[in-house]
Amino acid sequence: MSVLRIGAGAGFSGDRIAPAVELAEKGNLDFLVFECLAERTIALAQQARLKDPAAGFDPMLERRMRAVLPISARNGTRIVSNMGAANPLAAARLVRKVAQDLGLHHLKIAAVTGDDVLNVVGPFKLDETGATASSMGDRLISANAYIGIAPIVAALDAGADVVICGRASDPALFLAPLVHHFGWPMDDWTRLGRGTLVGHLLECSAQVTGGYFADPGVKDVPDLARIGFPLAEVAEDGNAVITKVAGTGGCVTRATCTEQLLYEIHDPENYIQPDVVADFSRVSIEQIGPDRVAVSGADGRAATGYFKISVGYRDGWKADGQITYAGANNIARAKLAADLVLQRLADAGIALTESRYDLIGYDSVPRAVTAENMAQPHEVRMRFAARCRTSEIANQVVDEVEGLYLCGPAGGGGVTRSVREIIAIASTLMPSKDVQTSFEMLETQDAVA
Amino acid sequence: MQLHEIAHGRTGDKGDTSNISIIAFDPKDWARILRDVTEEKVAAHFGPDVAGDVTRYLLPQLQAMNFVLKGALTGGVTRSLALDAHGKCLASVLLEMEI
Repeated sequence: MSVLRIGAGAGFSGDRIAPAVELAEKGNLDFLVFECLAERTIALAQQARLKDPAAGFDPMLERRMRAVLPISARNGTRIVSNMGAANPLAAARLVRKVAQDLGLHHLKIAAVTGDDVLNVVGPFKLDETGATASSMGDRLISANAYIGIAPIVAALDAGADVVICGRASDPALFLAPLVHHFGWPMDDWTRLGRGTLVGHLLECSAQVTGGYFADPGVKDVPDLARIGFPLAEVAEDGNAVITKVAGTGGCVTRATCTEQLLYEIHDPENYIQPDVVADFSRVSIEQIGPDRVAVSGADGRAATGYFKISVGYRDGWKADGQITYAGANNIARAKLAADLVLQRLADAGIALTESRYDLIGYDSVPRAVTAENMAQPHEVRMRFAARCRTSEIANQVVDEVEGLYLCGPAGGGGVTRSVREIIAIASTLMPSKDVQTSFEMLETQDAVA
Repeated sequence: MQLHEIAHGRTGDKGDTSNISIIAFDPKDWARILRDVTEEKVAAHFGPDVAGDVTRYLLPQLQAMNFVLKGALTGGVTRSLALDAHGKCLASVLLEMEI
């Protein structure tokens, strides 16, 4: 069996489009995968769908497809993406419309469904609180299973050129084309583990080609401005070479691959996926050429039989008001400002569910306790944040930050204020056999004469 | 010296748990990192900002280790009121550790 070439066209919903186009044009790809769903994106999408039954998928779907489809169709590159979010069928219809507009005939587009388990999640207990999902009442807005590769492989086996799903495990978007192409048995745990590693390394796009990596003077990245997205050349045994298109910016090195190997991993021996428990503990990473890194030695064990369920719920409103103090005695003035906000809210009888203040530039990020005696910075930005029951309360909070202009300490400037609803995520497990997935195939028509 | 002189790393987040990789630039420094960058030292470095356990996993063939910090993200990215709710900054903070 030949080597399969699979690329990453996006690693999050807001990812850059130009590197995906470049990869589609020059990567000589068999598959191009767009991973665009963060933890709560699907909950936000579900809310959009409640307002409009034709909405609820990635807002950049149309732009991405208009940019990439003409190239991928010409090159015979097939696309897999989770840009369907809360509404894969509507997303697939939009892809069909874009393809028809572009004059791409007989393109097959599959919508994968079944990850939405909102109607059955009620009795399941949430890991974070121990309470059932149904106990959240009308605050509960979404529940989606991180599904595995089965429906994606089935759609590819049926000839889909584009597969649009909602929530699926991120590595599964990459593992599915490998299983489809090589015909790996679903109990070949070693190969499934290796394919999972390929997916894990690629799923954050530029994070393996020099993004999220540069540290000037220590870890310099060449031509970061023109960073290229990654591709893997995967062999039949599941081992792979990670690389990128020649001439693009960034770098693929042992160091970039090792950082990404451990990104969002806990125990490297037990990376739990819907179709396999992958073992990355004995992976070897070898630089075999410029921007070419061989990864091998991943393994796997039988899947747990459960899917992780991501449960989205409304969790009040977040207020965030900020103001800057600089120069002489800035920290003392910034702390006084925060105290004033707290006291004025208390005097007005405004109850906050939770609040905190930070001095940005001084203590907004956890720091080494040994760094306590750090010098006063030139400037600090006082940020007052609160979780509030209603948007009205959250607005009263940021009103008090803005009020610091005239009624606060000397020399406060540059107030900004934001109030937004908090969509939080909790999780639970559901037996995978209880989650019924499938796909629906759409097809573009012949050109109208 | 600072750990930053001989190692690099990356932060990831899942729920309220942060993970930080620490990777030797040069294999000859691995033994020193192994000896000096322990679970206890990392827990002490962050102090009360990490509410839960700190666990270290080793990948000696890559001269890499992975720290898992429970309760490090004030509830996790979707709930936290923190400015850097993902804890993206934490690896750089750990690389400030004196060894």
